[in-house]
Amino acid sequence: MSVRSKVIEAIQQIAKEQNVKLPALSDDLSLHETGFDSLAFAILVARLEDETGVDPFTISEDAAFPATVGDFVRAYENVPA
Amino acid sequence: MSPREIFALRDYLGAELKGRTLSDAHHVVSLTDILSRTVLGGRLRDLSGRAVLLRLSDQLRSGIAMIELDGIARRMLLCPPDLNPAHLDALIADAGIDAVVTDEPDRWAATGVSLVVTAQLPLQATPPPQTERATEWLMLTSGTSGVPKIVGHTLEALTGAIVAEGPAKGPAPVWATFYDIRRYGGLQIFLRAILSGGSMVLSDPHEALADHIARLNARGVSHISGTPSHWRKLLMSGSAAQFAPRYVRLSGEIADQAVLDGLKAAFPNSSVGHAYASTEAGVGFAVNDGLEGFPANYLGNRNGVEMKVVDGSLRIRSTRTAHAYIGRNAAALTDGDGFVDSGDIVELRGDRYYFVGRRGGIINIGGLKVHPEEIEAAINRHPDVRMSRAKSRRSPITGGIVVADVVLADGTDQARAKEIRDQILDQCRAQLASHKVPAVIRFVEALEVTPAGKLARTDA
Repeated sequence: MSVRSKVIEAIQQIAKEQNVKLPALSDDLSLHETGFDSLAFAILVARLEDETGVDPFTISEDAAFPATVGDFVRAYENVPA
Repeated sequence: MSPREIFALRDYLGAELKGRTLSDAHHVVSLTDILSRTVLGGRLRDLSGRAVLLRLSDQLRSGIAMIELDGIARRMLLCPPDLNPAHLDALIADAGIDAVVTDEPDRWAATGVSLVVTAQLPLQATPPPQTERATEWLMLTSGTSGVPKIVGHTLEALTGAIVAEGPAKGPAPVWATFYDIRRYGGLQIFLRAILSGGSMVLSDPHEALADHIARLNARGVSHISGTPSHWRKLLMSGSAAQFAPRYVRLSGEIADQAVLDGLKAAFPNSSVGHAYASTEAGVGFAVNDGLEGFPANYLGNRNGVEMKVVDGSLRIRSTRTAHAYIGRNAAALTDGDGFVDSGDIVELRGDRYYFVGRRGGIINIGGLKVHPEEIEAAINRHPDVRMSRAKSRRSPITGGIVVADVVLADGTDQARAKEIRDQILDQCRAQLASHKVPAVIRFVEALEVTPAGKLARTDA
């Protein structure tokens, strides 16, 4: 499974668990518009760390938290192997 | 005023009761004639009035040495098997130890302790000694880090709950415990066996659980106690089916409804009860209605045990509590009114109090305080879950999140793992505030249990 589809699948799973009605996930959708609160993002980052072995937001001290879904996915895609 | 009569353990060990034994995996010792036997090579006289460190590699010799020393030594300090040797010097100084009973005398040759007595089997014949004094019993707290605290008890305080309950109905019980008898929970069972006129079967840390259960059966164990973690391990092992005790007791950790129901199902003909006790607070109460928590009317003064809740924490005052912490820099054991603050946090729901966790075990989730035990109790309600441990994990988003490790019941189809995970999460969302719901659930084969029988909490 590609990194992108892992991220999207995790977002959809958490939305279901948290009863969040997701809009269509496009790269330029702002994360704010996903309806996720900080707890939902914390869950997302933790699960993706378990699945991919990386937490891009802790590795780099100056990494700004992404603004859009596309930025978020790229944060995982761009982690050096 | 005449001095009160001093009772010692030997007063409960007359020769009139036949067939009483104390046994471990290797030896069976008759309690019927124990008063004319010695494990101390006949050197009990030398230990009269001394402050004795009891440092033995097995429970059997420890138990017999306790019987001999009680009423003769000035004080005895019980060392549990997992005591870090690096802490011995500090404990010896704090307790004013001037004699040691050991099975490794060579190790003590070059230490400052002036009197070293070797405990040995087989027992030797000795004239029955006479009780001289009320011996002070010193026990160690089971905290995980640093030098354990020394807690001072008397035999009267240690046996207060046993005497209050009176003798058990029916034939003399054969007691067993998964605990070590050099810890408070295990010592309670050892004392129950002696005071009740019964026998006792000791645990062995090197024995497989199935062999242990076979031994309990062979010796006719009727009454048995352990922590919820001990019992969950037994329920997972598949060995419970061969065992049918009359009385099953839980203490030392929170007994949640899942483990109580699990034991009731595994042992349909047994009484299942949970007791609240700690090294410092002594035995508070027992609950025998099959439900977790305890009735709210237990607060106040009940059978000589006074309880109140201050800032959520249970406080206890009774003649069964320890009398002091012992040592050079020992803190006060009780508050100004004589109450021991247990640090166990309770919550009133309806007409019952429920234990929600330890004050010192709180984890911080995004600035909110969370008791891992409360989360575990919610997870454990799932019928396929045998035990669980909740802990915090750092999060770059919220600072911390809850994660849980879960052990599934024996024989659970691994293909159902995802379905079970979703059900657990649904259940947690229905019962817990959202920040307490585990963000991640990991299925594991086993969870670490400390030598004291409690779930290991490395992050607490």
